[in-house]
Amino acid sequence: MKYLDEYRDPVVASRLVRAILQRATRPWKIMEVCGGQTHNLLRHGIDTELAGVVELIHGPGCPVCVTAIEAIDFAQQLAAQPDVLVASFGDMLRVPGSRGSLLDVRAAGGNVRTVYSPVDAVELARRDPNRQVVFFAVGFETTAPATALAVLQAARLGLDNFSLIVAHVRVQPAMEAIMSSPGCNVNAFLAAGHVCTVIGYESYEEFVARYHVPVVVTGFEPVDLLSGILACVEQLEADEARVENCYGRSARPAGNTVAGEVVRQVYEICDRPWRGLGTIIAGGLRLKPQWARFDAASRFGGLPMEVIESDECHSGEVLAGRIKPSGCPSFGTRCTPEQPLGAPMVSSEGACAAYFRYALHRPVGATGS
Amino acid sequence: MNRSAAWEPVCPVVRPGGGAVVTLAHGEGGLLSRRLIQERIVPALESINLDCTADAALLPVSDCRLAMTTDSFVVTPLFFPGGDIGSLAVYGTANDLAVAGARPRWLSLSLILEEGLELAVLDRVLASIATAARAAGVSILTGDTKVVPRGAVDQIFINTSGVGEILDPAPTGPATLQVGDVLLVSGPIAQHGIAVLEAREEFGFDPAPSSDCAPLWPCVAALYQAGIRPRAMRDATRGGVAAVLHEWGAASNRSLVIDESAVPVLPAIRAACELLGLDPLHIANEGTLVAALPAEQVEPALSLLSRLPAYARAAAIGRVESASDTSVAVRRALGRLQPLDEPLGAPLPRIC
Repeated sequence: MKYLDEYRDPVVASRLVRAILQRATRPWKIMEVCGGQTHNLLRHGIDTELAGVVELIHGPGCPVCVTAIEAIDFAQQLAAQPDVLVASFGDMLRVPGSRGSLLDVRAAGGNVRTVYSPVDAVELARRDPNRQVVFFAVGFETTAPATALAVLQAARLGLDNFSLIVAHVRVQPAMEAIMSSPGCNVNAFLAAGHVCTVIGYESYEEFVARYHVPVVVTGFEPVDLLSGILACVEQLEADEARVENCYGRSARPAGNTVAGEVVRQVYEICDRPWRGLGTIIAGGLRLKPQWARFDAASRFGGLPMEVIESDECHSGEVLAGRIKPSGCPSFGTRCTPEQPLGAPMVSSEGACAAYFRYALHRPVGATGS
Repeated sequence: MNRSAAWEPVCPVVRPGGGAVVTLAHGEGGLLSRRLIQERIVPALESINLDCTADAALLPVSDCRLAMTTDSFVVTPLFFPGGDIGSLAVYGTANDLAVAGARPRWLSLSLILEEGLELAVLDRVLASIATAARAAGVSILTGDTKVVPRGAVDQIFINTSGVGEILDPAPTGPATLQVGDVLLVSGPIAQHGIAVLEAREEFGFDPAPSSDCAPLWPCVAALYQAGIRPRAMRDATRGGVAAVLHEWGAASNRSLVIDESAVPVLPAIRAACELLGLDPLHIANEGTLVAALPAEQVEPALSLLSRLPAYARAAAIGRVESASDTSVAVRRALGRLQPLDEPLGAPLPRIC
């Protein structure tokens, strides 16, 4: 299959692995920003291929993992109300809030729906004018254009029964928070290719200059990941720090300008609490004042509620890359995908879920052949 | 509900602006029930031996051993490319018998209808049931119909129970898998789950993926006639091939290792899975089985199946190895062995 098979070619991949092993003269710590990258690195065993030479540190790029627990609790409160339907992406429904997940609310009779596109939620609102439809808008810059379009469409249709809980987050401020945190030992970043496809990668120039750390725009297939890692190692060995694009088939310097314009039309940058990481300056997006009528918080009013976080869950340290999921005392014992204590064990992009699926029961002595 | 003597049944009820629909009265056991059964259900299924005059069907059994199974079908939407709830209700139960090593012979059919269901929709489902029963070689011997208030079910729920004659010798089952046994699938995987997902969500995949919904008895019968004796067979329905392998790994206390590149997946299905972030190994099938065979029977089995159009893409996907610390492993694209994760619940597409 075009655009897939060539990026999973085992011959090309093993050539890249050899090049990385030859080129690296000391162990480097490279952070893959996106949870999708973490999953594929572990799924294909790339982390063990490079063990001792490159240590891969998972980043905070799991949209549902970093969604503030207050937002989840608010969504659950709304879903439990009669005549309110809460719609979101599938993964978000499983993430535990203070008192269970949205799926638990549904099981108790709440109205919760999985949608595949925010525009589907607008359609639900259009079809049923007597019901308030709330879309729980989570995700990075990759999903923000689609939720912005949903707002524009709802406005065009004149809907007064559609609103959003906006929990969008921005990647780059989180990377800055990680680089500024005491004890940070990240040597280079694999930037998330799909985020750069939307926002471009010109904005990383300033980041690279400030922290003198290579940022390589990287895709998700094994050959993409290995190419990105090799580019990082080449720069590190040459003591360089540049923005480099290893995802040229998709990412452009200025990104998708049409999508960017839609996002700017609807959203503005704001500070945002990230679950496990605390408030990140400029780390989120919120509706601009002229779209306030679509803000679920102003429509329904936030209901005060005590937030209950598990003190056994170390997801903040996991999301900041300070510990591996396997370094959490609850990992694989008290916390499993069936009984998750925290969001990273739930999500298909969560680092804990990736380590649980692919690394916990790894065959002993498994090697390529 | 009591009816007065003067009550005059009006059947079928015509909805304003729509076709005739099922009403609660159709399920109350009176004249309307009898008409629904005798004027719609029986004629549709007549050719497959439904006799609704008795309370119980008599099975003409000689001295063979019998297998029995039951399954309920609640799929949304009712109709999807490659199948519908009717064909699914027949093949699903018939296939459970076939993979247990039993020739499917007799089915019961229980319909739970939602008030307001268009009779034209019921007719389509009944016609599909009849066609599927003929294709699967089963007779529908007994049945039941209930009507429930609107909202209590989603249009139609169907339960079928099936009885089949066990082959001799019957498969010994997954607990008897031996090191060196080869794992085989009877065709490309993941078609049904993706077809239903597309029909439900209308992503706009073009061409629309089609379900593999089909009888598996022909596959089992062909293998048996050729003297091939699978140790275990399973139709890889919900949870997909991965769920079957995990069950077998646990049952046999052996390690099952498959090769991702050997697993047949149609290009359009693979593209859909890639786009949605789903693993084809986790996706449901309705006409594809997994079999474990002694190694020496694999070549003859594949050679035989390759001559049958329905199973021409059957493939050996892996083998049984001695127990290690993982029960099911998959060799991914780069050649490394990785654990194959067991599906937890319904697969959810990724967010971005």
